[in-house]
Amino acid sequence: MKQKTFSSDRLLLDPEQEVEQIGDFMRKVLIKDLRRRGIVLGVSGGIDSAVTAALAVRCLGKERVHCILMPERESSPDTLTLSRLLVDHLGVDHSLEDITETLHAVGFYRRYQEAVRRVVPEYGTGWGSKLVTTDPIEGGGFTFFSLVVADPAGVQKTVRLPIEVYLDIVATTNFKQRCRKQMEYYYADRLNFAVAGTPNLLEYDQGFFVKNGDGAADLKPIAHLYKSQVYQLADYLGVPEQIRLRPPTTDTFSLAQGQDEFFFALPYQKMDLCLYGLNHQIDPAEVGVAVGLQADQVRKVWANLEQKRSTVRYLHLSPLVLRRLPETQREEARGTLHAP
Amino acid sequence: MSDTRSKIRGFILNHFLFGQDPGLTDGASFLDEGFIDSTGVLELVAFLEKEFGVKVADDELIPDNLDSIDSIARYLAAKKPGT
Repeated sequence: MKQKTFSSDRLLLDPEQEVEQIGDFMRKVLIKDLRRRGIVLGVSGGIDSAVTAALAVRCLGKERVHCILMPERESSPDTLTLSRLLVDHLGVDHSLEDITETLHAVGFYRRYQEAVRRVVPEYGTGWGSKLVTTDPIEGGGFTFFSLVVADPAGVQKTVRLPIEVYLDIVATTNFKQRCRKQMEYYYADRLNFAVAGTPNLLEYDQGFFVKNGDGAADLKPIAHLYKSQVYQLADYLGVPEQIRLRPPTTDTFSLAQGQDEFFFALPYQKMDLCLYGLNHQIDPAEVGVAVGLQADQVRKVWANLEQKRSTVRYLHLSPLVLRRLPETQREEARGTLHAP
Repeated sequence: MSDTRSKIRGFILNHFLFGQDPGLTDGASFLDEGFIDSTGVLELVAFLEKEFGVKVADDELIPDNLDSIDSIARYLAAKKPGT
């Protein structure tokens, strides 16, 4: 029988069955591996944390879910509005923890300004900035990052970052994700709950997370789902429309930054299909028809996906040891074995 | 071995391989060997700019120029004729 033309239909899932499987997984790991009584998670007003929270409420009961809203002074106003909308919609316990003071105490705002001033000496109050990456389809070379700055009048300029400044800026902004994770574990310890991470497959596979920041979690219930599938679950679970319509954003920098200008080469709908095509060895020409690219452009996206996979292996690794005790390994093997 | 190649090899071995030479040939691809990732490429660029006084343009950040000792030597020679 001839296979149907490759399209986004390939990512359609049975939401009812999927929710059931995720529910089984969450209950199983909470009981057997983690021995915790519920789930804590940070919600950002984005689709991934909204779906994870809605799944936890649906599968565990709302009394076993605690959401944390953690804006800071550079967060988009939408972040808090949409996060509140979600927790009200779910009727779930939640805490508001503005992390601005914490970030100030660790010197985040000062360190960030100093880092940017290494390449833009006039950068200061009233300015905004964000990191952008190269376009792997147009460029086809190695990935590098540039900083976009806007002065108080809104005039923008872009500066390619030398390695030491790039690392400085990334190390500094990682404070945001790590402060948030610290807060999530505070609540998890207090409630004897586990922390749920919220990456989708695209983010998990490509390492779009901060190690020991948003990458840290006890379970990641939607890490096997393409982003398009997360939206299907959002629809099925009745996640508020305003959240479903919000364009994916990193909400990390003071200038608005789409995920597809910082990390992914294409909007998520196309990125999903390219990743699916790569994972299932679909003809690049066929993938190209589905996403509106030439076959050689699809190959460039694939090369970029493969390159990122190898670069971010470090992010997935647990601490490495020379020898592991058989007794420790035996204990680890008692669980349901879903660790990476 | 030319002075340029020797300097590049010295940097690669010391910076990325902690001084251990796995038998790296001048034509071996850094990406295929697996010890240089995209951050490593930027470290390599910083070295080239400092050591050889060149400015690596955005459109020159491609494997053809930077993925082996041979390709870097060729790139530098084209960038600075006579070296």
